Amino acid sequence: MEVAIIGMGLHRFGRTESLSGLQQGAVAVREALADAGLTWEQMQFAYGGSQDAGNADSLVNELGLTGLQFTNVWNGCATGGSSLHAAYTAIKSGEYDMGVVVGFDKHPRGAFNPRPRDWGLGDWYGETGLMLTTQFFAMKIQRYMHDHGITEDALVRVAEKAFQNGSLNPLAWRTRALSYEEIATSPMVSNPLRKYMFCNPGEGGAALILCNADKARQFTRKPLFLKAAAVRTRHYGSFEVFSPSQAMEVADAPTVTASRAAFELSGLGPEDVDVLQLQDTDSGTEIIHMAENGFCEHGEQEKLLREGVTRIDGRLPINTDGGCLANGEPVGASGLRQVYEVCLQLRGEAGSHQVPGKPAVGYTHVYGAPGVSGVNIVTT
Amino acid sequence: MTHQVPIQEGLFSWPAEQPQLLGSRCKNCGETAFPAQRECRKCSGSDTEVVTLGDHGTLWTWTIQSFMPKTPYNSDETEETFRPYGVGYVEMPGGVRVESRLLENQPDELEIGMPMQLVIEPFRKDEAGNEIVIFAFRRADSENA
Ligand SMILES: [Zn+2]
Repeated sequence: MEVAIIGMGLHRFGRTESLSGLQQGAVAVREALADAGLTWEQMQFAYGGSQDAGNADSLVNELGLTGLQFTNVWNGCATGGSSLHAAYTAIKSGEYDMGVVVGFDKHPRGAFNPRPRDWGLGDWYGETGLMLTTQFFAMKIQRYMHDHGITEDALVRVAEKAFQNGSLNPLAWRTRALSYEEIATSPMVSNPLRKYMFCNPGEGGAALILCNADKARQFTRKPLFLKAAAVRTRHYGSFEVFSPSQAMEVADAPTVTASRAAFELSGLGPEDVDVLQLQDTDSGTEIIHMAENGFCEHGEQEKLLREGVTRIDGRLPINTDGGCLANGEPVGASGLRQVYEVCLQLRGEAGSHQVPGKPAVGYTHVYGAPGVSGVNIVTT
Repeated sequence: MTHQVPIQEGLFSWPAEQPQLLGSRCKNCGETAFPAQRECRKCSGSDTEVVTLGDHGTLWTWTIQSFMPKTPYNSDETEETFRPYGVGYVEMPGGVRVESRLLENQPDELEIGMPMQLVIEPFRKDEAGNEIVIFAFRRADSENA
């Protein structure tokens, strides 16, 4: 059974004082239903998740008590990817014809503050100040730069591109383009990463309507197809966040294995992809994820960024909506925003941030603690 | 003299003249872990033993924590007295890379590959007035490198 995406909705990421996280999720679902020309009563199932904004299945209070199967999903930053994967398999198996995937969140200001026990770690790890995702991302790119000859120039260029793309996207949180100098001289947060190289926790909601592809044309003239959804966790030897120690031996990151699985499922390769979204919680991770997802060799990123290859008009347009850097990261919604953006691009409806040349294959990738990656491939 | 208490039993040998980091080694596959754990994350076995990991190593990667973390961070510092601290992974002769606070907190003091020495440092006072101590690393001097 093939899986189609026939509707999508987004509540703008950023800060919306007047709405709860749950309400922002409901806005996204209503928009996705309207986009598909369907009603909530027609939905047979829903998968959804949020980190800080309540149980996703409470959405039925906003949308209607129709008795549908609603499963809450929580998988860190990969929550959206995992919800989408669950919905994908529900339709692929033939059990259901149509359903909703939704993610939303509303985080307090400032960095995340996870509790060690939730992650199987001793209290000492958090008490002594070692349990910060910002530290991990800084140390990962520090070592990566050392091993692969990446310089600070590449870190600045990723952020410059993100805010440039954000300035072209009316739904972005950060809509002001930042200059190279402004980024390069912003305060150092965790060496080598500066203030404008990190995304911030935020708010927002995103939703998609999935449908059995054989029936999709009853509802829309332009269905998109979810060719692959894959989620993988870390292997022994991969260097992941929230690790009091790491093994000496080196294994592929979960991104590498999720990416490979998704390409295998879809029968496509990196060379076929026209537009992509890679998890960019900071500049460094976008650089690492370019290679881990198979789009370049390790170390090649420096040159590709300098040549503008990853800009909207480049050969490999990455994070065309401004990514996490310009949209912030409401954890539950973030992975679905990526799919929303790729769908917008494939439909040719992205307006001023539209990738030229009628893109036909889109790719999305999320990565989250403590080492989980989700990859989706969408085609026209 | 104030009584010194480790923040968590089993992370390092204490009290000791020359404290060592403690970890575990799997009797089946030889995998080393820090902190010590009963199960093996490599071979899924459950026969491990506590071993010493040594008191020196080399710096594998690093960063500097420039702002005071939110809870669960629990030191005696305030926003006013907070001092940035280094964080790194130190490659131990025991065969594992251990994440640790570093005493150095300036980028020009830190370099991948530099030799590091284990130190036990006072961290905060508890309600009973005991001094809670933690492990950290600092650049090794030439005589103890
Ligand atoms: Zn073992």
